[in-house]
Amino acid sequence: MKMTQSPTFKAFSEPLVKNNPVFIQSLGICSALAVTVQLKTAIVMALAMTSVTAFSNLTISAMRNVIPRNVRMIVELSVIASLVILADEILRAYFYDISKQLSVFVGLIITNCIVMGRAETYALGNPPIRSFMDGLGNGAGYGLVLVTVAFIRELFGAGKLLGFPVVPQFFYDHGYMNMGFMQLAPAAFIIIGLLVWLQKSIVKG
Amino acid sequence: MVRMLKKLFNTTRPHFESGGKLEKLHPLFDAIETVAFAPALTTKADTHVRDSLDLKRFMTFVILSLMPPFFYGIYNTGCQTGLASGLDMGFVPVMLRGAWVVMPMLMVSYSVGLFWEILFASVRRHKISEGFLVTGLLFPMTLPPTTPLWQIAVGISFGVVIGKEIFGGTGRNILNPALTARAFLFFAYPANMSGDRVWTVVRNTGSQAVDAVTAATPLALAPLAASGEAMSKILTDAGYTFQRLFIGYLPGSIGETSALMILMGAAFLLITGVANYRIMIGGVLGVLAVAYPGYLINLSSGGEAASMFSVHPTWHLVMGSFAFGIVYMATDPVSAPGMNLSRWIYGFAIGALTVMIRVFNPAYPEGVMLSILFMNLFAPLIDHFVIKVRLGKRIPNV
Repeated sequence: MKMTQSPTFKAFSEPLVKNNPVFIQSLGICSALAVTVQLKTAIVMALAMTSVTAFSNLTISAMRNVIPRNVRMIVELSVIASLVILADEILRAYFYDISKQLSVFVGLIITNCIVMGRAETYALGNPPIRSFMDGLGNGAGYGLVLVTVAFIRELFGAGKLLGFPVVPQFFYDHGYMNMGFMQLAPAAFIIIGLLVWLQKSIVKG
Repeated sequence: MVRMLKKLFNTTRPHFESGGKLEKLHPLFDAIETVAFAPALTTKADTHVRDSLDLKRFMTFVILSLMPPFFYGIYNTGCQTGLASGLDMGFVPVMLRGAWVVMPMLMVSYSVGLFWEILFASVRRHKISEGFLVTGLLFPMTLPPTTPLWQIAVGISFGVVIGKEIFGGTGRNILNPALTARAFLFFAYPANMSGDRVWTVVRNTGSQAVDAVTAATPLALAPLAASGEAMSKILTDAGYTFQRLFIGYLPGSIGETSALMILMGAAFLLITGVANYRIMIGGVLGVLAVAYPGYLINLSSGGEAASMFSVHPTWHLVMGSFAFGIVYMATDPVSAPGMNLSRWIYGFAIGALTVMIRVFNPAYPEGVMLSILFMNLFAPLIDHFVIKVRLGKRIPNV
């Protein structure tokens, strides 16, 4: 069997675009609005989210045969919560500034429906490696949206990318202006809407 | 002449019909042809209402009704520029100067908007909608004359694509596209859309070099009033008398300054039956219903309440762009509700909200745009409940 058709690979590739958690399931919208003003925070958030989803899927999938069904939510939550605390501590230790900017949103990964959703629907019924890949794929799909939205917002809203000015002074001298609207949360809503439109017209059926 | 035109259309038609070379541009051909001649199409489906007022004639009436404020806007823009930069104030130079400012804005709005219209019409294979001719004219009229042209292009793109085409084109938009475009510019480039410096275009004439003229509009003056001071006195001191506000000889967005011209347009719309009088009267009632109690309270309490309330309520009707909004924007047949009772409620709520935003929210001196957009969202809901009440009263068929 070719590698691209193995279930493990599919678990990773499908959530990237075709079954993207933000576009198709409309999950994780809240943080996608909040942390996408700058590209830097979006990338860090995407990485934190991807690692949490991947490892929570891995852990829960490894324990799936010993978790009693009626307390599975609590078990899942405690696994996710420990991972989120871990991610938060790492960020604080090594990227203190960004962690400051992300503020409460790292902690709020715990309430991000993507993590819980993947644990419930995928990790509880699939082997660990495949679940791990599924978590990676979902995190990356979410991250893809985050980075795209942040790219557009930072470029048009502040004229910068990753904090570096990219719109030449020449433009400003001739009357170009940054779009203040891009700094506001509704802009992220509209961009996500347009991206959904794009995704639906590319992936048909 | 007519025969020549007919011949021209007949000879070029085959190119645009299916199989022809320019098949993809058929919507464009169709749009031009139906400007000149009534379409020969007849409805093939079952029972339908016969009405000679099709969409194109309907929209033409709206455009005609927009002409008085439009030409007055050109004149006024030229006047304000002339006053600010000390130029010749004769009628012809003033009109030319105004046209020099307004016409490029109109052309950018039309050409960029039309580009999107044609793109969507060609991809989705529907006709180019005449509604755009109204949107493209309304939009520049709501803008300050100093708005840069590229911002107009961005704004109209947003209005046409996000405000209308995303929902399926004319007749399916939930928001007024021209106002959506304006709201977008308002939030995207606040520095160009409000404040004291944007209302007058300054032409530099060698001798005096001014970058911009600071001219507070009546609405911007209002929040500056100290409590207890009579607002109408401040306005009159600044030269804004009721008559002047009514005639519209003051800096402001291009089309909205003159309540007189807008009244003429409104009369035309009402006589031809294009706009609904319930929305307009409801709006005026809404303004008075909120402003009058506030005015009376202010009188009795010695002016301790919000300073905007000390203005005589009728001033609210002529200040800012309320007249323009309620006549041309709120009556948009697509985004306004369809039942008569809901039209009263809708108009009333727009008027009431406008005054509330003006009085209580110092961040937005003018509230017409936001209150119309807000009520656009509620239009289907109001209709829903009005229909529900109507159905509840019906005697059931036993």
